[in-house]
Amino acid sequence: MPRPQPKEKKPRDADNPKEDAIEVMATVIEPLPNAMFRVELENKHQVLAHISGKMRKNFIRILPGDKVAVELSPYDLTRGRIVYRYK
Amino acid sequence: MIVCKSSAEIETMHRAGLIVWEVLNELRMMVAPGVSTQELDRVAEKRAKERGARPAFKGYRGYPASLCASINQEVVHGIPSTGRKLSEGDIVSLDYGVELEGYFGDAAVTVPVGKVRPELETLMRVTRESLDLAIEKVQPGNRLSDVGAAVQQWVERHGFSVVREFVGHGIGTKMHEEPSVLNYGQPGHGPRLQEGMVLAIEPMVNQGTPNVRVLDDGWTAVTADGKHSAHFEHTVAVTANGPWILTRPKEVTGPAW
Repeated sequence: MPRPQPKEKKPRDADNPKEDAIEVMATVIEPLPNAMFRVELENKHQVLAHISGKMRKNFIRILPGDKVAVELSPYDLTRGRIVYRYK
Repeated sequence: MIVCKSSAEIETMHRAGLIVWEVLNELRMMVAPGVSTQELDRVAEKRAKERGARPAFKGYRGYPASLCASINQEVVHGIPSTGRKLSEGDIVSLDYGVELEGYFGDAAVTVPVGKVRPELETLMRVTRESLDLAIEKVQPGNRLSDVGAAVQQWVERHGFSVVREFVGHGIGTKMHEEPSVLNYGQPGHGPRLQEGMVLAIEPMVNQGTPNVRVLDDGWTAVTADGKHSAHFEHTVAVTANGPWILTRPKEVTGPAW
């Protein structure tokens, strides 16, 4: 007796936690170990941000003073993810 | 999680499988124009009990019978009834399983009723051959998807299609265990097969579209375009020497059905 095949899974993004992030502009203050950076947001808050996997994979280099886009988790506003470096 | 069985457990499954094999062969001989699927079901149920086994399908998720008898455009899970009589030129899939001492055996065969159209003969032959090719892939070290890929390649090369909504399954102390054994896919994916795994491999092959729909009885699956469908199945253990078909005697060799 065959088994009914479970329905196809939802697309990966449907309830991906990364979807909820708030994206803000920031300036890099200092590099830290492990591809982490201290960045200053437009509202003068300083947060610890790491590089998104996609940027890391493509070797996007980040230096102090760079303008970057940071995604903040609504749950922990002291941490962020750098998702874009502006030229 | 895929449960590997000890050789003693596999022996018990083989004894369950032999009951399935004998009953299916008896039913196969009974198939003739005018026979109702209910009569087949009654024999299937009686024989299991005579052998100290329990018909595995009865009561499974509320399934009302011991046998699945699926005629022509019915793909699988046809419920036997007094009103469904076989006619000359039909093809009927008989799917049957038993539980013996806590272990399951499960197999299916599609048989012609009298003389059938040549294209139906071809459909049955290609489906049976796809099961043979799938069983050949049951070797320790092969990947699970090698099995399904073998079915799909053979079936589609002959212009038929593989049903996606129903799949084979691991089998052991439950009728349906992990993993799902798909009858389609790319080779080289999924878990590696290991000694002790037992799979119920069951290609369901349609003449036309692969799509199926389930009738209002909640069970009977029919082809979406009303064309015919065939279904063959064996319970197969992975051993160091390759596949061991548990649902037939060791003396029987050659094609699966």
